[in-house]
Amino acid sequence: MIEVKGVHFTYPIGVEALKGVSLRIRDGEFVAIMGSNGAGKTTLVKHFNGLLKPAKGEVFVDGVNTRNVSIASLARKVGFVFQNPDHQLFCETAEEEIAYALKNFGFEEETVKTRVTWALNILGLTQYRQTSPFMLSGGERKRLALASVLAWDPKVVVLDEPTIGQDYEQKEKLRQFIVQLNAQGKTVIVVTHDVEFVADCGPRVMLMAEGKIVADGDAKEILTNKELAFKASIVPPQITQIFLGLADFGLPTDVINIHEAGKILFDFLKEEVKP
Amino acid sequence: MSVFEGFRFRRLSSPIHRLDPRVKFLYVLVIFGIAIAFLEVLPLILLFLIQIPFVLVASVQREWIRSLKGASFLATLIFVVNFAFAYFGGTYPSYMSPWEYPLAMSLRFLVLVESFSIFFLTTSPDHLSLALEQSHVPYEFCFAFTTAVRFVPVLAEEAQTIMDAQKARGLELERGNFIKRVRNYIPILIPLIVSAIRRSLELAEAMESRAWGATEKRTNLYVLKMKSSDYTLIAVSIGMLIFGIYVRLYIPIPSLTMLLT
Repeated sequence: MIEVKGVHFTYPIGVEALKGVSLRIRDGEFVAIMGSNGAGKTTLVKHFNGLLKPAKGEVFVDGVNTRNVSIASLARKVGFVFQNPDHQLFCETAEEEIAYALKNFGFEEETVKTRVTWALNILGLTQYRQTSPFMLSGGERKRLALASVLAWDPKVVVLDEPTIGQDYEQKEKLRQFIVQLNAQGKTVIVVTHDVEFVADCGPRVMLMAEGKIVADGDAKEILTNKELAFKASIVPPQITQIFLGLADFGLPTDVINIHEAGKILFDFLKEEVKP
Repeated sequence: MSVFEGFRFRRLSSPIHRLDPRVKFLYVLVIFGIAIAFLEVLPLILLFLIQIPFVLVASVQREWIRSLKGASFLATLIFVVNFAFAYFGGTYPSYMSPWEYPLAMSLRFLVLVESFSIFFLTTSPDHLSLALEQSHVPYEFCFAFTTAVRFVPVLAEEAQTIMDAQKARGLELERGNFIKRVRNYIPILIPLIVSAIRRSLELAEAMESRAWGATEKRTNLYVLKMKSSDYTLIAVSIGMLIFGIYVRLYIPIPSLTMLLT
């Protein structure tokens, strides 16, 4: 469980990125943190594994104050996948890349081997086992970065902008993968701008603006609220926009994904076209 | 990364910022020359102190202190190494005690850092490029130089992100013996170098696609012109240089050891 109590944070150059953030994420939850650029999303999640320590307030991970423990010991529980995989890949082969963190955490040789095989397999990278990470495509590098974090099986996985630079198919695969991870009991925290992605996942959404959490609730409730969206500079999903426009016909306005929308429209048309 | 902050240009307006970069560079060279000319602590202290008014007029004291803080580690190292050699090897001038010579060496280093810090803190990369161009340095070189200067903070930021990314994978920079610690930096250096190369290739492509180098003869919208304050600084710098050389050649300077005993 992650608990954040009244956290303030200011960068050394003087930018106040967090202005009193409090929240609580329970084990096994799926949370999307959204908001405009510079709202403080990344700064907030960097507090979850101790990369940043609050200037004021406290952050607890599994009841432990992040101030009192090393980043490495927090990282064991909270895996963090950075936005740009090029910021972490450095080994000669994909295999070594995944093994790197496992060795840092002191896993045994045998365990490292099985974990590496497992991680390559679940992200469809087995054929690249001996390939240099620098030879992989953008999408593959991103998956390798994710594999290298999942390999040590952290309780919580934080993904910073996982969908950037992925084609539709990869994005959909990634979405299914993340949903599956969550279904297996992992706490998943996603930082993203991608409303369609969030709408399809349907997680708990926290909306940030100017260093504060301005809304916290169900994806459906938050993404269909025009005022909130405006406040946090996001645009409701396209499907929601259509339904907001069709409100006069007595259709619901809280529709966020296409499957739901299809069913409602089908029923509506069946009623209307009836002789 | 605070060391770099101490050399990063701040867009402010002060008499020092408005000085011609060529003149400022002459001043830095003069300070450099005098600092190299003297081995004694006293003139070096003086050299350190006379630059403080420049810092105050330019109101960059915070950044300047940062650059000194960053340099203090190396200055200490210089002191320790020189002291070790002086104390055990006896390689120091006979009229000094073994601690004075190393002290002078680290002071000399601080004076150099101080003057370069003032120069870079108060000179915008654009002005620097103009100054180079007007000194007949080929434009390609000027551009490469200013781009390098401009990208230092970008790289510093990137290095920080990479460090964060590796720490999130359980890297502990401060762990292990000396060799292990040096090896700890490999996961940071490789991504940094790779991304710097990638970035430079991208920059080159972006520039080519915007017709870089299309005209043979470039002209500038702004041209640097010397003002009266620039001539004053030239006079002051040359005066200092002459005075420094004169003192060096004709006036014996007492070492601190001699003054104290």
